[in-house]
Amino acid sequence: MINIFEVNETNKMIEQENLDVRTITMGISLLDCIDSDLEVLNRKIYDKITNRARDLVSTGETISREYGIPIVNKRISVTPIALVGGAACKKPEDFVTLAQTLDRAAKTVGVNFIGGYSALVSKGMTPAEKNLLDSIPQALALTDRVCSSVNVGSTKTGINMDAVKLMGEIVKKTAQATREQDSLGCAKLVVFCNAPDDNPFMAGAFHGVTEPDCVINVGVSGPGVVKKALERVRGKDFETLCEQIKRTAFKVTRVGQLVAQEASRRLKVPFGIVDLSLAPTPAIGDSVAEILEEIGLEKAGAPGTTAALALLNDQVKKGGVMASTAVGGLSGAFIPVSEDQGMIDAVSAGALTLEKLEAMTCVCSVGLDMIAVPGDTSAATIAGIIADEAAIGMVNQKTTAVRLIPVIGKGVGETVEFGGLLGHAPIMPVSAFSCEAFVERGGRIPAPIHSFKN
Amino acid sequence: MEKTIITVVGNDAVGIIAKVCTYLAENNVNILDISQTIVQGYFNMMMVTDTSASARHTVELAEELTELGKEIGVVIHCQHEDIFNMMHRI
Repeated sequence: MINIFEVNETNKMIEQENLDVRTITMGISLLDCIDSDLEVLNRKIYDKITNRARDLVSTGETISREYGIPIVNKRISVTPIALVGGAACKKPEDFVTLAQTLDRAAKTVGVNFIGGYSALVSKGMTPAEKNLLDSIPQALALTDRVCSSVNVGSTKTGINMDAVKLMGEIVKKTAQATREQDSLGCAKLVVFCNAPDDNPFMAGAFHGVTEPDCVINVGVSGPGVVKKALERVRGKDFETLCEQIKRTAFKVTRVGQLVAQEASRRLKVPFGIVDLSLAPTPAIGDSVAEILEEIGLEKAGAPGTTAALALLNDQVKKGGVMASTAVGGLSGAFIPVSEDQGMIDAVSAGALTLEKLEAMTCVCSVGLDMIAVPGDTSAATIAGIIADEAAIGMVNQKTTAVRLIPVIGKGVGETVEFGGLLGHAPIMPVSAFSCEAFVERGGRIPAPIHSFKN
Repeated sequence: MEKTIITVVGNDAVGIIAKVCTYLAENNVNILDISQTIVQGYFNMMMVTDTSASARHTVELAEELTELGKEIGVVIHCQHEDIFNMMHRI
């Protein structure tokens, strides 16, 4: 039988070390809503989401209270809207009405984000996908809870550089369209390479076409728990360190598995995956950067950071995989800047630069995340950063993403405040050298060779 | 059987166990096991209980026990056993 020390350990993780389940995300397919009449399409989408997700929030809250574990977010992901709206939407404004419908449905069922205002254009773009991309700035400016993502490349297809160039412009336009709120729209827009179909985390969640009609995916968290566990092995060798991370990741993931099973059973929706991610929040003691410091770095960004992150990421997976029946999504350590107090401090202290962050994204999930850059950064430069990050993902057969926020009217040295889980961020300098001619070429970077690995 | 784990943590005082047990008896919750220890000077008790005969839902019991804890100056949690089994048993 469970003993008092085990019970205390679990409760201490929850109360003092910020253990929580970060999100229960219900994936809903909208393929059966497709209609050539825009009004009918909007109605069908609203009806399907509000019907399927009617009990999502209340079920999440009941599970949370019964087990005494906080479940921070209840969210929805839907089929990429470019596929759903293709038959009905003839211009970008038509797509915006779908974004508003998603926003309305999200508010009705009480979820804080709905993801899937997305297009998958890694090889080429249909006219509908082009319209969706063009509608993103307005869609994000006119809605509160809709998240958008665009997949511009993959290991199998290469990188669609026309889409990369366009996304550089779309990010800038989104920043302009939401300039009154410090360009907040860009915090809800992710550009991916190798985007997973079953990611429960925002802003990049969408419900892939390979998924069933409805599914429950759960994202776990727990950087604070790992940090505390590592305090107990200070000064010990790497084998001991790795064992400790694995054990902790196992325990954290078991809680996610329990919540996923229960949510699936009670909502009568199949269980999809548990995403084994260390997802930080701006709260003190809930930081991935603090884990890196505990491993032995003065600040995140110091030499050794990439190696420390690589081992952390790998041990989290090794510990977590055995704890769950199915693992998926992004699974790894997140290194967003604005959502992690340790990262913010490292940037402010001058320890962490955009270039070092880029190196770190080679060994972790996901990419350059929640990074505020000067508002006058050119669209071509943003496209260049997206291309670099996509290339890392393409060659290393992993998911990478870019969520940059060019804060209109602000420059290096200033700070931007997004509030809540999105946090705050110092604006980071970007290379002033131009990549305009590179981005202007247009076309596609072919898929890499899958042999001769060096 | 619907097993829940009730934990009580706080400064030691007269009648803590009595008050918690009275509440459980009134709500038809059966106590299967009690263990108690002092951790870093704090009173620390764990009960394994069976709530299947109770008319009340675990969530309601948890909320009322939390309130009771506030009255007597301790922190009381009431959680379904599975969260601990999942984490500590393979």
